[in-house]
Amino acid sequence: MFTYAFMQNAWLASTFIAITCGLVGVFVTARGMSFLAHTLSEVGFAGAAFAVFMGIRPLDGMLLFTIISSITVGKLSVQQSRREASISAVSSLFVGLGILFLSLSSASASYATTILFGSIIGISRGDVWQLLALALAVLITMSVGYRRLAYDSFDATGATAQGVRRNLISIYFLLILAVSVSIGAQIVGSLLVFILLTLPPSVAKYLGKTLPQMLLISVGAALIGVWAGLALGYYTNWPVTFFIAAIEFTFYFIALGIHRWRLD
Amino acid sequence: MTDLLSVDHLSFGFHDRQLYQDLTFNLKQGSMTSLIGANGVGKTTLIRLLMGQLHPQSGSINFMPDMKLGYVPQFRNIDPEYPLSIKSFVQLNQLSHPFPWHTKKERQQVDAALAKTHLTARQDQLLGRASGGEKQKAYLAQALLTEPNFLILDEATASLDVNTKVELMTLVQELNQSLNLTVLFVTHDLALAKDYTDQYLLLTPGHYEMRATHDMNEAAMPKELQPAQEVE
Repeated sequence: MFTYAFMQNAWLASTFIAITCGLVGVFVTARGMSFLAHTLSEVGFAGAAFAVFMGIRPLDGMLLFTIISSITVGKLSVQQSRREASISAVSSLFVGLGILFLSLSSASASYATTILFGSIIGISRGDVWQLLALALAVLITMSVGYRRLAYDSFDATGATAQGVRRNLISIYFLLILAVSVSIGAQIVGSLLVFILLTLPPSVAKYLGKTLPQMLLISVGAALIGVWAGLALGYYTNWPVTFFIAAIEFTFYFIALGIHRWRLD
Repeated sequence: MTDLLSVDHLSFGFHDRQLYQDLTFNLKQGSMTSLIGANGVGKTTLIRLLMGQLHPQSGSINFMPDMKLGYVPQFRNIDPEYPLSIKSFVQLNQLSHPFPWHTKKERQQVDAALAKTHLTARQDQLLGRASGGEKQKAYLAQALLTEPNFLILDEATASLDVNTKVELMTLVQELNQSLNLTVLFVTHDLALAKDYTDQYLLLTPGHYEMRATHDMNEAAMPKELQPAQEVE
């Protein structure tokens, strides 16, 4: 299957995406931000629709929208109690906007499906390089503030006591998350990007005991999922996203089972 | 002995009420002091002033030049599903190096903090599944990583049973002696204050007193602080 250029591109792209989402996801779940990750993916859908309407690349539209809205959400929801409601509000507005932009542009219905559920065929070598650059940017940015991010994510009380600036870390991570959602959506689609951001880290949470272990398990689970998903999609002609979802779902329940069994 | 901390004519209040007027006290290096007072009297505010998060409205707070503060907060949200081991949790407070990986020196510091708090044998235990006493020791070990010479323990014993309280306070006393650590222990528990600390600072609305704990007259303490009477 590697004789086809589009399959090579898909493998490369999904490898970078799995590594990025696997690493970022560990902090998404530790910070209790799965719901926000889901919202950002809907925002990403609106951004991609806007891009189609404007005639620019979907990834650029996604980046634009997710970055702006992550900062907005960050500012709106400093108070935990207001967070859920403001996220829902932002989410509904953006899904509406996405539908509006799609109907205003002359894009066909299949284009909407591509944005929402992902497509491996549409990825060019140029897209791969852009994804690689963005993935590297995310990883380098994350490694710079890694220790403070880790402290704040896994022990917010202790981090505050040591003078770690929570608001700054929060905005910093929201930006990382916004870019990760945008690049993750290129393979699994914006509706299901949060599979890669939440399920592999949940597996890691149940199986790992240290942060390096969790990061490794999370990346491993994400990589196996996308690689196997691509291969199965290639041979069966069923949607890749379906296989990735099914594999990650299976991993999650196996990990949950092992976790329960260990505690008994 | 030199003073680690001297608080001089400190006044502070929020717009609706004055918490302290002319609060003056010293903490000697290596001393153990209880900070006692009913809820709402300003214990947490005093700690925030000492930590530099709030600023005195008048008066001053002075530390000796090489003072290094470690703070163990009162509440921690560690649920039973908390994923990290005790050791990994303690390690979180290593912020001086930028790299994600830990240096050899940092690993030694973690091992030393775990040893000091008698957690070495339990370091791979999941923190979420650890006992209340082990959790408090882990919080303590995390605070010790920055090698403080002044430690503030905020209600560290509040949620523990009697035996665990004694165990933790014995450990704090050990650290006080072996590391010449000055300790400020915030508590409601008069018996622990008397048994494990040298002096106490009692805050009451509008007043304060600083005394040696062997001069403590429990009967004269505010009602909220006295042990609940058994009801038959």
